[in-house]
Amino acid sequence: MRHLLDIYHLNREDIEEILLLAENLREILHRPIPKVPTLRGKSVLLLFYEPSTRTKFSFEKACKVLSADTLSFSAKGSSLEKGETLLDTVKNLRALGVDLLVIRHSFSGTPHFLANHLDIPVVNAGDGTHEHPTQALLDLLTVKDKLGTLEGLKVAIVGDIKHSRVAHSDIFGFQKMGSRVFVAGPAYLLPEDREIPLYELRKGYFRVCLNLREALEDADVVIALRVQKERHGDPLIPSYNEYAEFFGLSPRILEWIKEGALLMHPGPINWGVELSHEMERYPFQVILDQVENGVAVRMAVLLRLLSGE
Amino acid sequence: MRVLIKGARLLDPTLNLDMTGDLLVEEGHIKAISRKIETSEAVELISGEGLYVFPGIVDIHVHLREPGEEWKEDIESGTRAALHGGITRVACMPNTKPPNDRPEVTTYILEQAREKAWVKVYPIACITKGQEGKELTEFGRLKRAGACGVSDDGKWVSDSSIMKRALLYAKQLDLPVISHCEDHSLSRGGQINEGILSAKLGLRGVSFSSETIAVVRDLLLAKETKAPLHLAHLSVKENIPFLRWAKEEGIPFSAETCPHYFTFTEKEVDGYNTSAKVNPPLRTDEDVIAIKEALKEGLIEVIASDHAPHSPLEKDIEFELASFGMIGLEFLLPLSFNLVREGLLTPLTLLSYLITNPSKVLRIEPPMLKEGSLAEFVLFDPEEEWEVTEEKIQSKSKNTPLLGRRLKGKVKGVFLGNKRYLF
Repeated sequence: MRHLLDIYHLNREDIEEILLLAENLREILHRPIPKVPTLRGKSVLLLFYEPSTRTKFSFEKACKVLSADTLSFSAKGSSLEKGETLLDTVKNLRALGVDLLVIRHSFSGTPHFLANHLDIPVVNAGDGTHEHPTQALLDLLTVKDKLGTLEGLKVAIVGDIKHSRVAHSDIFGFQKMGSRVFVAGPAYLLPEDREIPLYELRKGYFRVCLNLREALEDADVVIALRVQKERHGDPLIPSYNEYAEFFGLSPRILEWIKEGALLMHPGPINWGVELSHEMERYPFQVILDQVENGVAVRMAVLLRLLSGE
Repeated sequence: MRVLIKGARLLDPTLNLDMTGDLLVEEGHIKAISRKIETSEAVELISGEGLYVFPGIVDIHVHLREPGEEWKEDIESGTRAALHGGITRVACMPNTKPPNDRPEVTTYILEQAREKAWVKVYPIACITKGQEGKELTEFGRLKRAGACGVSDDGKWVSDSSIMKRALLYAKQLDLPVISHCEDHSLSRGGQINEGILSAKLGLRGVSFSSETIAVVRDLLLAKETKAPLHLAHLSVKENIPFLRWAKEEGIPFSAETCPHYFTFTEKEVDGYNTSAKVNPPLRTDEDVIAIKEALKEGLIEVIASDHAPHSPLEKDIEFELASFGMIGLEFLLPLSFNLVREGLLTPLTLLSYLITNPSKVLRIEPPMLKEGSLAEFVLFDPEEEWEVTEEKIQSKSKNTPLLGRRLKGKVKGVFLGNKRYLF
């Protein structure tokens, strides 16, 4: 593994290894002094071209726990505003001495593009509507941790599947680990028939549901996606109220899902839209566990890419 | 200069000529064509064994990028690439900078061509000012300046009443209207074919419907106005039944495709390969088969390169920022002859798609292998294989997914009036 660009090209062994490493590393976070010298002297460039709170701080924290230096970058006030190309910016930053690049960008494929032009590992922290691999890894870790296994589970993902990089990575990740994935949401935000062969990695392990209940029935894990009313000026849903009523997850789903089923969300949440406010008190809501696991998974990814000479 | 080409396969689709024989060129003209020419006078001999000799190719869809984007291509380099591709006439698209939407630009292009072009240049002017789809350009003055057709290439005229007006006026002035069929309200932001790969790469797709909706609307307007319409670079299977219907209805139209639509599929783009990013996008295996069938059936009867040069500045960047297009002048013949090798077309039919029919679209007399006419023909070895490398490409730009691949069929020479080029 030279880069982490997507889940699609990872095999099960890679994923298992990262999860195992993350489980071992997570313990460090609970020490009185949560810091180890493992990556001392290494520097990591965090290049976030899109707003991010969770992912950016999560990577930063992961670096700090492992004693790697971080260089942060924000597009505002940089030479990008003077017309410098992305590749030139990155090459210059590389020349300053950087050992690994973490990138979030609104264009799909940008991490691949940079990986082709750089001699250091590149980690995709979310690219356009393509993938968000570390989010899927932390989702897998959270479920494995809480339910003890990833084999044979039914995972429901609800929302804008079409434009969600989290959904894409989760669809691949959960299937690779032996779970079945059911997706639901407004029909025009779901994968089209001809795309099913892409998402269905194993026969019968992926299903597109027009009926919300069908997706949620006996689910072990429910992942709600953040709803955006519009995307690049393209109105995606008629109104938040309409969405909340027909696709929002509220206590009515408790009759459908398995007892003890986990409720997850990649954040940031629109309470009252994709999740009703009552669901905050749902006992198996693990949204904050996801955040902690995010740090552990990112530590594992950094370690894996920086120590694998 | 007296040159005798002996024992070549002489092919002319316009004259329906296909024979093995000799061809004598004298003072830049075809002096004689015959099974066997004996001459006692001093003459330079060229063995035509294994070679095809046919009139120069007429490529009606080329971007020469001059004026305005000369770092990608100019009239000199673009026509040099054409010459090496066996193309002796090119129609250049109007999306230059500024666009060819006024007579001064047309005049400029023709002046530059007179000065430095290797082959004949036929400028195509815009349908609307600034390709904005709002106001018609001055078709009459553009034609007088030398424009040979109108097209808002790259932009579909989405306002149907403006398109209808354009068809009626162009018909009056005997100018072809060339339509780039794409309903932008469906394809907006689209990067590649809509389907499994666009989902995999997280890129916005361009659906077949965005092309076919535009094709059908334009055919209906051509039916209504009885004005000749040329459909540029068709790429999807779903067009085909509508083309068949239009033929049956007797609608005056011609349809074109490009080698990349019967050679490549969307798979070329996997891994975010910008050299295969083109508009319309590369489609699926099924579309490639359907386009070939349409060529065989004669529903599509023009092949053009859609030569679209871009430098690394526009191609070696983030996929979503990269420009659409690939170069094609130098691959038009080798890739098109694959259709003959696959048994889909006879050499004469293929050549009619490359010479006779595009000339008809432009309302020009095609080059011919006729005694007394100016020499304008190509020597082509259909069997020779060669590898595509940056060094061999004459175009200023090297943006093609063919780099490093082998092609079959090589242009060995071009005779153009008093000039003779052997490669």
